[in-house]
Amino acid sequence: MDSNGQVSGKLKIGMYWAASCGGCDISLLEIGPHLLELIQVAEVVFWPCAADFKYEDVARYPDGYIDVMFYNGGVRNSEQEEVARLLRKKSKCLVAYGECAVDGGIPALANLKTPEAIYDASYHENPSLDNPDGTEPQPITECPYGELEIPRLYPQVLRLQDVAHADYRIPGCPPSAERVWEVIQLIVGGKVPLENSGVVVGCYDKSVCDECPLEKRMVKIEQFKRIHQARPEPGWCLLEQGIVCMGPATRSGCGALCIKGGVACEGCFGPSGESEDQGTAMIGAISPLLNATTEDRAAELVNQIVDPAGYFYRFTFGSNILRGRK
Amino acid sequence: MEQGRTETAKPEVAEGWEPRIVGFLCYWCSYTGADGAGTARIQYAPNVDIIKVMCSGRIDPELVSTAFAHGADGVMVCGCHIGDCHYINGNHKTMARMPLLKRLLADLGIEPERFRHEWVSAAEGQKFAQLVTEMTEQVRKLGPLNWPGIMHSRGVGHGQDLRPWGE
Repeated sequence: MDSNGQVSGKLKIGMYWAASCGGCDISLLEIGPHLLELIQVAEVVFWPCAADFKYEDVARYPDGYIDVMFYNGGVRNSEQEEVARLLRKKSKCLVAYGECAVDGGIPALANLKTPEAIYDASYHENPSLDNPDGTEPQPITECPYGELEIPRLYPQVLRLQDVAHADYRIPGCPPSAERVWEVIQLIVGGKVPLENSGVVVGCYDKSVCDECPLEKRMVKIEQFKRIHQARPEPGWCLLEQGIVCMGPATRSGCGALCIKGGVACEGCFGPSGESEDQGTAMIGAISPLLNATTEDRAAELVNQIVDPAGYFYRFTFGSNILRGRK
Repeated sequence: MEQGRTETAKPEVAEGWEPRIVGFLCYWCSYTGADGAGTARIQYAPNVDIIKVMCSGRIDPELVSTAFAHGADGVMVCGCHIGDCHYINGNHKTMARMPLLKRLLADLGIEPERFRHEWVSAAEGQKFAQLVTEMTEQVRKLGPLNWPGIMHSRGVGHGQDLRPWGE
């Protein structure tokens, strides 16, 4: 029975797309034939990417009408915040789906710049721009038919949990299909409570190294190389070969996909273990591997890493303890 | 909004503002050194809040970030000299960690003077006192960091009022 007192046959689910690339919507489809099983027990009541629903439709639903709502993407502007709060009100269970909603994801790398710098780059300084009058987007524009309003940009990219309580968080860019199906079975299947404290699901406790098939030879790093500068020896730990691999500081659950594909882990599942901050965890993981007996030598080695802040927080800058830059 | 916007102006320094420095000191050398400075009645700036840890190798970069995020104006990390570590090689780990941490903090716009890493032995009370005084003066020149204030003004933090940029 729903809150209106009507007998509802099927569970109501939905998915929303905020500041993200859209890959999360596709990753939900990646569960393949299981989608048919899902549709048998659940009905989609809001999924802008796949079906024609308007915000007004959601606003008309009674509070708590939607059973499970997947929210993918970070909060970059006022529209996304408004929808996050609306969906929180209308849903029993709000799930942060994908790395952008959980940790800020790629869009949160913008937080490495000041808001002023982003605006200047986008509208004034970019060499490919043709903007002689220095026009900037205005939140409200007068036109013959009345006022037009566009969503307002926020100074920083925020996570879903910064604006609305998320009951569950599914990390990954995108979350892996097997894990997503496991989580759907748990949440939609009613095996776990709909309301929860923001538990991270759809991944394992240990780091990617735990799933990694490469051999660790206990040697120290002599030199850092980028992937295009090196031809890594197959079967040997990439980090030991001097290729920065985020494996030690990243949650497992993907099955070490990238490493099996021959490239280093990029850290898309977010920080592993107790840590909330992937970048500092990575500093802790990489430093003991340096072949350095003096601080100068250590500095010389780590200066070979191009853009450590961008690399170590590629997907998780929104969860950085410092949260932004000065 | 005009073109060529300047960086946010330096915040007004409140009257009576004093730099607040968090010092992570290892138990065996640096803390004993700081203790020695006190016992020898050496005068030094009272701006450092000392946190005693068993070994400087225990200082996760996360602790330094956390100190800044909670409003520290400066952070110092002190441990035994290389070769003196009570746990044989704990400070080697600290040493290896610092260059990358310094780069990370610099990338986030924290001035290098706000973070210092020094070796202070149990006998170097004088060095510790000098270090604190020196760093306090450097940070005083830079002014308050006020990290929580910067983030608050951008609406970061659960339950805060979000204000669109530029309003």
